[in-house]
Amino acid sequence: MAKYALRVTALSYLGLLIALPVGYVFYKAFEHGFATAREAVTTPVAQHAFWLTVEMVAIAVPLNTIFGVVCALVLVRQSFRGKALLNAAIDLPFAVSPVVIGLALILVYGRKGWFGDWLLDHGIQVIFSVPGMVLATIFVSLPFVVREVMPVLREIGTEQEQAAQTLGASSLQTFFRVTLPAIRWGVAYGVVLTTARALGEFGAVSIVSGKLAGQTETLTLHVENRFQAFDLTGAYAAAVVLGLMAIATLLAINLLKPKEGVR
Amino acid sequence: MSINVQAVTKDFGDFTALDNVSLDVRDGSLTALLGPSGGGKSTLLRVIAGLEEPDAGRVLISGEDATAEPARKRGVGFVFQHYAAFKHMTVRDNVAFGLKIRKRSRDEIRAKVDELLDLVHLEGFAKRYPAQLSGGQRQRMALARALAVEPRVLLLDEPFGALDATVRKELRAWLRRLHDEVNVTTIFVTHDQEEAMEVAEQIVVLNHGKIEQVGAPRDLYEMPTNEFVMSFVGPVNRLGDGLVRPHDLVLSRDAGLGGIEAMVSRVVHLGFEVRVELTLSDSSPLSAQITREEADELELHAGDIVYVRSERPRVFSPHQS
Repeated sequence: MAKYALRVTALSYLGLLIALPVGYVFYKAFEHGFATAREAVTTPVAQHAFWLTVEMVAIAVPLNTIFGVVCALVLVRQSFRGKALLNAAIDLPFAVSPVVIGLALILVYGRKGWFGDWLLDHGIQVIFSVPGMVLATIFVSLPFVVREVMPVLREIGTEQEQAAQTLGASSLQTFFRVTLPAIRWGVAYGVVLTTARALGEFGAVSIVSGKLAGQTETLTLHVENRFQAFDLTGAYAAAVVLGLMAIATLLAINLLKPKEGVR
Repeated sequence: MSINVQAVTKDFGDFTALDNVSLDVRDGSLTALLGPSGGGKSTLLRVIAGLEEPDAGRVLISGEDATAEPARKRGVGFVFQHYAAFKHMTVRDNVAFGLKIRKRSRDEIRAKVDELLDLVHLEGFAKRYPAQLSGGQRQRMALARALAVEPRVLLLDEPFGALDATVRKELRAWLRRLHDEVNVTTIFVTHDQEEAMEVAEQIVVLNHGKIEQVGAPRDLYEMPTNEFVMSFVGPVNRLGDGLVRPHDLVLSRDAGLGGIEAMVSRVVHLGFEVRVELTLSDSSPLSAQITREEADELELHAGDIVYVRSERPRVFSPHQS
């Protein structure tokens, strides 16, 4: 009995809070037929929003992956003054509301900010433009790879790496042949989470983008824009596209996973 | 290749792992570093390998100063207590690792790996992953991996420490034979005196970061230079000022032959040998080891009074211990 009670509790919780709302979005998107939904997401503005979102992901995810692994290596393998502080700072993007992050970026890179004028003089506009949005996306999705990789690094220890060294491997060879393969599932999971976060980021990007349709509008901003213009089909259809992108990411990782028995 | 350790000191914070240690290891020899845990034996091995940098002193490998060389350039093979197997690689790829780093040709690597898998009796396991091997098999794979690059020196850090007793015994004998076959200068770390005695030609006893004694197994046993060595390489009894081995005690029923009075508290039959546990009048315990015939002749039972003489008591002056 207890077994079923637990199962029912878990399933209804997930069902009510996740499956039902998400399912309803899918239903609403295709309420007026597949053609209408397709039309809504193939407008030039919607297409631009889609590609801009892809661009955000394509820049933020590789950067956060590389620097995330470096940060994890430093935090796990080295000891230095201020390490605890750095370790805590990694979690800042989780702790601080994205809106605050957006405002902080404006303070630093905005017209009246520290670097804003200098950057503008050199022809680089950060705020209300793509660079600022990329910065915001990187900021909010930074902790995932670090936090996924750190425990794995701790678990594998340093003996395999030392063995590689005594066998003649250089630091780079050791990293690519021994360390990276050993932490690859931590990295992969971190990449999935980073991608999902980068796809869905709204608050920080919304503030630094200026929300110019067809220019600085990502898919999430586009959903809001359509929603506020009472174009519900447009909003739901764009939301479905976002959802499908996330599912595609998860599937891609699952396909890459090794078969049972091989670790 | 010969190894010379010259006045090496290594501290970890306020803990001194090695205190001005000097040691010479002959080309082609098989040496054991023996001592209690925390005695500095693993640190000494790691300093020789280049995995640990000494605070002072030098390490010479075949006469050349290797102190500044990184581990990867020293040409040492290192075997870890917990195998350090590359878990994501097959047995074949593990063994081939060093050869691939050295960019040897495919055919050469294949031939060399096959030869080594034969040597360590893992012929049928080339395609397995380390997780699919037993502890003993993993350690043999690790040995093959270390030998693949034809190291000048083979270093083993408690190689059998994580294995169960039976496998340990097997691998000991096997390591000995392997050394005779491959003939590479070998140093291994152990805290097990029996293992050191059985496998090594030369034993180095380390305690508190210092070398207590260096010698052949028999010399250490027969002629220990201090109390620590005597009590570490075999069982001992304290009798008055001296130390004596259990088998150097003679028991008799006859007070007239001299000796100290003792009461038998337990008689343990261990096959050929009999261990007699005794209690002296000051209630300190004593353990004697006698043959079965001697025990039969004495007809010992718990509660009996016997007289104990020691054949070869050893008294160490305080500055030696």
